[in-house]
Amino acid sequence: MGAIFRREMKAYFTSPIAYIFIAVFYVYTGYFFVMGNIYSGTTEMSNLFATVFTIMMFLLPLLTMRLFSEEKKQKTEQALLTAPVNLFEIVFGKYLAAMVVFLISMGIYIIYALVLYGMAGNLSIATFFGNMLGLLLLGMAFISAGIFASVLTENQIVSAIVGFIFNMLMYMIDVIAASVTVAPIKSVLQSLSFYTRYYEFTTGIINIGSVIFFLSVAFIFNFLTVRVLEKRRWG
Amino acid sequence: MIEVKNLTKHYGQKKAVNDLSFTVNDGEILGFLGPNGAGKSTTMNILTGYISSTEGQALINGVDILEEPTKAKKEIGYLPELPPLYLDMTVREYLNFIYDLKKCKLPRKAHLEDICALVKITDVYDRIIKNLSKGYKQRVGMAQALVGNPPILILDEPTVGLDPMQIIEIRTLIKKLGKKHTVILSSHILSEIQATCDRIIIIDHGTIVADDTTENLTKLVTNDNKLIVRIDGPKEEVEKMIKGISGVVTVRADMEREPGIFEYDIEVAEGKDIRRELFKRVADRSWYILGMKNTELTLEDIFLKITMGEKVVLSNEKASEKAVEELDKMSEENSEEKESEE
Repeated sequence: MGAIFRREMKAYFTSPIAYIFIAVFYVYTGYFFVMGNIYSGTTEMSNLFATVFTIMMFLLPLLTMRLFSEEKKQKTEQALLTAPVNLFEIVFGKYLAAMVVFLISMGIYIIYALVLYGMAGNLSIATFFGNMLGLLLLGMAFISAGIFASVLTENQIVSAIVGFIFNMLMYMIDVIAASVTVAPIKSVLQSLSFYTRYYEFTTGIINIGSVIFFLSVAFIFNFLTVRVLEKRRWG
Repeated sequence: MIEVKNLTKHYGQKKAVNDLSFTVNDGEILGFLGPNGAGKSTTMNILTGYISSTEGQALINGVDILEEPTKAKKEIGYLPELPPLYLDMTVREYLNFIYDLKKCKLPRKAHLEDICALVKITDVYDRIIKNLSKGYKQRVGMAQALVGNPPILILDEPTVGLDPMQIIEIRTLIKKLGKKHTVILSSHILSEIQATCDRIIIIDHGTIVADDTTENLTKLVTNDNKLIVRIDGPKEEVEKMIKGISGVVTVRADMEREPGIFEYDIEVAEGKDIRRELFKRVADRSWYILGMKNTELTLEDIFLKITMGEKVVLSNEKASEKAVEELDKMSEENSEEKESEE
């Protein structure tokens, strides 16, 4: 696992992809930070966390699109799959690498918080922590979905688009739920809503149910990725 | 030791490998010979755990590759048809990655240096793989298979894309490796397999058509009864003269190789040697022999020869039986085709 993680980290930072990802993330959140916090003169960061949901739907698939598609295209997966390693190790090594790049991006929020604290002198640490946790969990779910998309195809563009569609569907669950009239289905769909759950975090509420929900989504997608690799052997 | 029992692999309707059984003993160099699409790569991919078999079993040193893949994979170094190289890495980074990936316990620096010296890539150690030539890439692929010093090496067409010098180097290397490792290598080139392997398995359409020592199969190739002779003399008369020699079955004038000089394909009855008689008769008529050679059998000829059930020395009787069965099947199919055409 360590070997795969290190290789992916190196690949992220020897190609422009990680830099572009981080830069876009910083610019986007930086804009909302300046407009929403500095100019508005507020230390309330919930809005800043809420706006990042949309950009993550687009950005994270770009981070994960290469992970398995490229291996398949370049036939390097043959080295991975014939090496004495467990499939979970392969998937988890890649997952971890994408997570670290994401964490580096997320780290900018700590600077935002410090700036606000320095300017205003007070900041709700608990709310900030809740927000960060929510963002982290959302990233975990989106990245696992992106990796799953990437294991399905050897074309990176297709992989990115499929990943985006997955994220979009998770986002759209709300819209779908709103149009469903059958009460039980509606409530099931609503409980699956990513945005509602994430939004809850941005208001400073840490719901254990939501924590488990996001962790489960991440686990399920990673598990499916392993199954696809496993199944490919049998194809 | 590798034991393969009744291995079958379907790709949808198509049977890529059909009921393959063979054993490779420790320290043996086994050559897999067959035309493209015969099932060589598929078999190798199954042995290395890259894909699974539909039926049957593959045991690597007694460990089933499907049941305990991690344990079995530890025993194998694999060079696939296309070397699995990360083009954005340097050779150093790549081999270190493979070293970590295989969870190798040998002293890292010394081990990797040894391998590089062995496959002669020390001078490109710090270059990015993308920029290497095909021959070097192939050798980096070879190095990758050797990391961890696995007892079994499986090499899928290891000399493809190399220049003649490199081919000879790689062959020598494989022979050297064969002293300490069990090696399976595949090729569609007969002479290559002949040069390196102790034993040859010929497969076609996913089935074994021959399984014998290189020596025996080589005999089969050289015990040939076709001659190609280039004679300076009047074409019709030469043909008539050759036909007159006892033991000649057919004569056919080939192309005009030099102005007025033809090459003649002569088929001789089994066991007859007409070369001396031919020389004498040509000399008597004041013509000249400008060249004489045995036709080299191509892989296709060997297939034909084996599947035609000629007097082939086969230690594996089952294989020849199978071959005959297959031939029957083929002729049936042919006649069916003809019928449908009508």
